[in-house]
Amino acid sequence: MLRSRTVPRRGWNLEFVMWVFTRVSGAAMLILGALGMIGALIMGARTQMDLATLMRWTFFPNPNHVVNSNIPDINLGWVSLYWRILQTLIVFFGVSHGFNGLRVVMDDYIHHDAVRKVLRVVILVLWIAVMAVALYIIITS
Amino acid sequence: MSDGRNPGLEGLGYKRAGTMWSWMLHRVTGVGMLVFVAMHVIAAFSLQNLGGGGFGKVFNSLFESWPFQSFIYFCVIFHALNGARVIILDTWPKLLQHQREATWLTWLIFIPIYGLTLLILIQKGLSGG
Repeated sequence: MLRSRTVPRRGWNLEFVMWVFTRVSGAAMLILGALGMIGALIMGARTQMDLATLMRWTFFPNPNHVVNSNIPDINLGWVSLYWRILQTLIVFFGVSHGFNGLRVVMDDYIHHDAVRKVLRVVILVLWIAVMAVALYIIITS
Repeated sequence: MSDGRNPGLEGLGYKRAGTMWSWMLHRVTGVGMLVFVAMHVIAAFSLQNLGGGGFGKVFNSLFESWPFQSFIYFCVIFHALNGARVIILDTWPKLLQHQREATWLTWLIFIPIYGLTLLILIQKGLSGG
C-alpha cells in the first residue's frame, strides 16, 4: 500500500540531489556501456570474443570478468589505466544508483518513520560495504 | 492507496495502464539487478581474493545458466531503455504530452533487442554451450 508522507522544503535537499543523481548516473552508465563495447571491438573483440564475453566486458571491463573466456594475451591492451578508471566509474555509478533506488522503493512501502530510518541506515551500510568490496576487487585484479 | 480502498484487478488498467506498468517493471527490474550485482560482487570477491571454491562457484554457475541470463538481460535492457525514456521526458517536459507514444516506442525498441538476446541464449542453452 502506498501512503502519503511529509516532504522536505523545496530546494537543494537530499531528495532533489538524489533525483538529479539518478538521471545523471543513468545516462552515464549508458555512455560507459557504449564506451566499453566500442573499446572492446576496437581492441579486437570481433574476432577474439564471443557475444557473451563482449557483454561481460561491456558491463564491467575487468580482465577477471572475462578470464574464463579464453582470450589470448589478456594483458595486451585489456589491462590499462583507461579500463581501470572505466571500471571504477561503472561500479560507483551502478552500485550508488542501485542502492539509492532501493531507498526510494523502500520509502514508498514502509510506513513507520522509525523503521524507515533504521532501514535507511541499513541501506547506507550495505552501499558502503558493496562499494568497498568492489573497489578492492578492482585494485587487486 | 491512502483511502483504504483496494482497487483490485481494475487497478491494473489505471489510465489505460501502459505507463504505470512501465513504472512497476522499472522498480522490479531495478531491485532484481541490485540483488544480482551485490551477490555477483561478493561471489567475485570469493573467487578472486579468497582462492575460489565455496559459494562463489555456486553463485557463478547459477549466474551463467541461460534461464537466469534471460531474466537478468530482461532487467538490464528494459531498465536501460525505460530509464532513457524517463531521462528524455524529464529533461524536455514538453514531450510529456507524447509519453504514451514514448512508452510504445520503448517496447518497439525493446522487443527486437531482447528477442534476439533470448534467441541466442536459448540456442546456446539447448546446444549445451
